Amino acid sequence: MRPFHYERAADRAEAVRAGAAAKGPADVHAPTQYLAGGTTLVDLMKLDVMRPATVVDINALAREHGEIRVGAEGLRLGALARMADVAADPAVRREYPLVAQSLDLAASPQIRNMASLGGNVLQRTRCPYFRDVSWTACNKRDPGSGCAAIGGVTRRLAVLGTSEHCIANYPGDFAVALAALGATVDLEGPAGRRVIAFEDLHRLPGGAPHIETNLKPGELIVGFAAPAGPWTRRSLYLKVRDRQSYEFALASAAVALDLDGGGVVREARIGLGGVAAKPWRAHEAELLLRGRRLDEAAATAAGQAAFAGAVAHGPNGFRIELGKRTLARALLQAALLKTGRMEA
Amino acid sequence: MIRHDDGRGEASRTGPSRRGLLTGGAGAVAALPLSAAAAARPAPHGAAQGERPRMAVKLRVNGRDHSLSLDPRTTLLDALREHLNLTGSKKGCDHGQCGACTVHLDGRRELACLTLAAAAQGRAVTTIEGLAEGEALHPMQAAFIEHDAFQCGYCTPGQILSAVACVREGHAASDDQIREYMSGNLCRCGAYPKIVEAIRDAAPRMGRG
Repeated sequence: MRPFHYERAADRAEAVRAGAAAKGPADVHAPTQYLAGGTTLVDLMKLDVMRPATVVDINALAREHGEIRVGAEGLRLGALARMADVAADPAVRREYPLVAQSLDLAASPQIRNMASLGGNVLQRTRCPYFRDVSWTACNKRDPGSGCAAIGGVTRRLAVLGTSEHCIANYPGDFAVALAALGATVDLEGPAGRRVIAFEDLHRLPGGAPHIETNLKPGELIVGFAAPAGPWTRRSLYLKVRDRQSYEFALASAAVALDLDGGGVVREARIGLGGVAAKPWRAHEAELLLRGRRLDEAAATAAGQAAFAGAVAHGPNGFRIELGKRTLARALLQAALLKTGRMEA
Repeated sequence: MIRHDDGRGEASRTGPSRRGLLTGGAGAVAALPLSAAAAARPAPHGAAQGERPRMAVKLRVNGRDHSLSLDPRTTLLDALREHLNLTGSKKGCDHGQCGACTVHLDGRRELACLTLAAAAQGRAVTTIEGLAEGEALHPMQAAFIEHDAFQCGYCTPGQILSAVACVREGHAASDDQIREYMSGNLCRCGAYPKIVEAIRDAAPRMGRG
């Protein structure tokens, strides 16, 4: 690990002041990095992938940004809330099962105790060519150097949202639930506070895979909000992986459904994980399902629509079919859920 | 210099302990090539050779306060093992993938290898050395011995710390639940069936808390 200066921010104002010294985009090589749980940052610093000159410890911000609140207007989560605490919250489990499940099925109990929500959504790809600096070609790590993954071992890499410059996948789970719910992100930065759609937080790789988010220099995620809706209770997160536990998704689906008494879809919210370059919302599949009875044919068609633009790179081709089937199964399972909600 | 005290009272033994001999021996072997390499390297940015910025770090471990002067890069795991001589917490992968370094921070199981020592300040650290009450083993330690829940023993301190937390969290209600909530602790010997047995057995003996 390279030497760095360690600073501890007492509150949000101090954190943002420390972060404001950072110049340039919030990419892998930003010289100032915020530290919460450290489960991504310390790991990547040990691998020499990230080399910050200054690490700003923001754990003290848990006092002002650690909330877990379920209300009539929706779900509010502080960026410093820990994965395990959100997953265990009874109201979150009852009203937003897909959120609780996406957290429960992620990582290990120890990591869920450590990792903050803000850091979790910003976790970086597990692409082996990104994580191993002995591969010189990685446009995400070293812009313009090429992509060793294309033509390499691609089994776990993305099939949606890739470019000719990068096929890394976004590995997380919680972010997929946020994408499905149409959540928003509260940001605090040198220029003040702003709120953006969660879908706009992460960028597609395009020609600049090293710029992974639309965060401005020094900007800090302080919270998330997801709107309430009749679909949140009838929701789940389905994760398909090589191991039953403590493993990243080969394919996952976050689905939330509002069905009428006859099983016809009023509203469907769909996020896809493991298979895409960023937390993925499947708008086409949502549109296709609206007004349609949710049977096996409809679920299969939704899978087809969601992966219509998928591109295979050698060994990862099987995950297009796997992704379609994962989504179809998630939809059919969600349709069978007993939600305990009185039909209006 | 050989230090025998690893926090488990080995200093009171006569003659060098096995651990003292091992750590002392490794240090002696490493001393020559390391200092030779350091002498050959130019000093970075005019800094005095061998000097890295240090910071004062206060840690509370197993109920005792420690004041250390550490390189900011020092992880909690390295602070425990290299600076406090508490070598019960093990370094397996050093990347948060194996659970061998599991300790409790304010009662929660976390990974010492991904925690900067500086960031652990103000939190109560409990390691395997702090689990027993004097000579009386913690019920989980006793159960691991009774059920033969290890072979080589390298992952065991992490398994036990994780298991204690697993029970306290209320995640030991069934074998399936134990397996799911112990998935962050790998055992290359494959002692998993015995580990599940030990946890199932120790859970009711732990009571609440």
